[in-house]
Amino acid sequence: MMLEIKNLHVKLEEEDTVILKGLDLTVEAGTMHAIMGPNGSGKSTLAYVLSGREGYEVTDGSITFDGEDIMDAEPEERAAAGLFLAFQYPVEIPGVGNMTFMRTALNAQRKARGQDEISAPDFMKLVREKAKSLNIGADMLKRPVNMGFSGGEKKRNEILQMAILEPRMCVLDETDSGLDVDAMKLVADGVNALRSPDRSFLVITHYQRLLDHITPDVVHIMVDGRVVESGGPDLALRVETEGYADLVGSAA
Amino acid sequence: MATDAKRRDAEALLHHLPLPDAEAGWAREARAAARARLLDAGAPARRDEYWKYTDPRPLAAPLRPVEEGEASPEIASQFGDVRPRRQRFVNGVYRADLSDDRGQEGLRIARLRDVLRQDIGFAREVFGRIEAAGHEKVARPLAMLNTAAAREGLALHATGRPAEPVHLRHDQIGEGASLLHHVIRVEPGAELVLLESGFASNSVIEVDVADGGSFHHVRIQEGKRAAEAAHLFARIGARARFKSFTFTADGALTRNETVIEFAGDGATGHVAGAIMGEGDAHIDNTVFVTHGSQGCESRQVFKHVLTGEAKGIFQGKIFVRPIAQKTDGFQMSQAVLLSDGAEFAAKPELEIYADDVKCSHGSTTGALDETALFYLRSRGVPYPQAEAMLVAAFVDEAIREIELETVADAMRGHVQAWMAARG
Repeated sequence: MMLEIKNLHVKLEEEDTVILKGLDLTVEAGTMHAIMGPNGSGKSTLAYVLSGREGYEVTDGSITFDGEDIMDAEPEERAAAGLFLAFQYPVEIPGVGNMTFMRTALNAQRKARGQDEISAPDFMKLVREKAKSLNIGADMLKRPVNMGFSGGEKKRNEILQMAILEPRMCVLDETDSGLDVDAMKLVADGVNALRSPDRSFLVITHYQRLLDHITPDVVHIMVDGRVVESGGPDLALRVETEGYADLVGSAA
Repeated sequence: MATDAKRRDAEALLHHLPLPDAEAGWAREARAAARARLLDAGAPARRDEYWKYTDPRPLAAPLRPVEEGEASPEIASQFGDVRPRRQRFVNGVYRADLSDDRGQEGLRIARLRDVLRQDIGFAREVFGRIEAAGHEKVARPLAMLNTAAAREGLALHATGRPAEPVHLRHDQIGEGASLLHHVIRVEPGAELVLLESGFASNSVIEVDVADGGSFHHVRIQEGKRAAEAAHLFARIGARARFKSFTFTADGALTRNETVIEFAGDGATGHVAGAIMGEGDAHIDNTVFVTHGSQGCESRQVFKHVLTGEAKGIFQGKIFVRPIAQKTDGFQMSQAVLLSDGAEFAAKPELEIYADDVKCSHGSTTGALDETALFYLRSRGVPYPQAEAMLVAAFVDEAIREIELETVADAMRGHVQAWMAARG
């Protein structure tokens, strides 16, 4: 099993607010899972907790990645193990070049896995090849990380990092938000190009439209910190036409 | 006018420092004038507004001579690939035997001791003169003391564009105090790149950059060292360019006073610093920029990275005289605090008497951006490396003030090394 989440309870560290209330989720290797849910259902919290962000307290339950308990692992350790989070709001980092950032990240992961660093020419070649298919030009690569990028450029830059780092478990947090139709298509093509039997995806989205381009194997509906229903791609279409109202009711 | 106590303290400072003998009349007069200035201003005291954030006592203690000591003839390059002409001082004494050849086309270098015994025009116009003009609004008694008593230093006279930079290297082995005083004149259209490193308890550099001249100063203050006061006074002529950058790491107490005045129209003057402090380091940068001419541009960029119990101080002033229309003054001081115990204090001041000017200042203090740290870590960059990347990016704005790319890269290396070595 790639990712197994059992009875996960999470609250904010500084407050009493409980966000995840017994979430169960299993993602098999090579599959594409989608999580849909209304605002405030805890989707982004799940993404952050998976990536190891500070500020959340797991009060119960477990997360195992490749059979290993990752609850105490640092974010960089999770990344080196093959977990990737595409941010809903990719962070701007003034003064750090996009290329330098990606190369540092790739080499840090390789080092953590006991592999040799990638040479500068090999890295350049790799980036050029991956950037081309995402329509990312030299200018975006030269600029500081995400600085002056449009919303769509930021999301494409996330997918570029994913393509370069080649994680085995990709978590995409509302990657479709703020994208126009063309940008959505580019991002979806980028994701589809990465699909493989040993790579899994967890796509978090509020709307069904991304799923027109990325066909999920399993769709989960999340309401109030729990998965309340799971099914095939049809489930996403049903939510699109009927809304979350009935499902919210069933969770209460 | 100094209080009785401050005057008595000033007398005590001078008591240990008899006037050097065998100097020319003009030099003796300059010494006497500095002595009188010091007695009039009094020794620096804790209560002085000007010393609000830094206790001057370690700097204003009676000076004991340095013990015997010998420095290694070999020193590692601190400035990257540049091959400067090294001029070395050990325990406050010039060492021709350890220094490179002084001769270079477009630049004459003489020992201050020799210059003060002769009648050399440019030295007369610079020694004690530019320092004396640098006490507007506030007195800098430690610099006056230096002019009154320092026996060693160099006189540099740039008349062209020397091919190689000069590197002043001060080594101090053992306890005690060393005083150094350098005088520099850059003639019209000439240029000088001056690199400086090492330690002196009290140093003064006086620079006169004539019309259309260019002076570029890059200084490194690093390693374990006692209290030091480093003064840089400059007069900047019309259309001249002045640049000074200092990398300061740790140290018991560092007070850098940089005092520049625009004395001709259309000149630029940039002062920048990258400050890294850990442990109980105390690093104070005090800058005073006087716009006395029209259409000059000044820029102050100071970046502090502080951890442990380290303290960073920035006092920066832009003073614009009534005549100095079309002044463009900019000042920025920022600090990143990597620990709860680190502290930064900034005192920006603008005093403007002209009406058609553009002046701005800003100061920020805070931790590194947590979101950016998490973003880097989520991509696999380990915490210390992520922190070092963000620190390097933060400091870079100051380092970019250095025009020599290899020297700038060397400074980036110093920042990186400091981040890797800090406890």
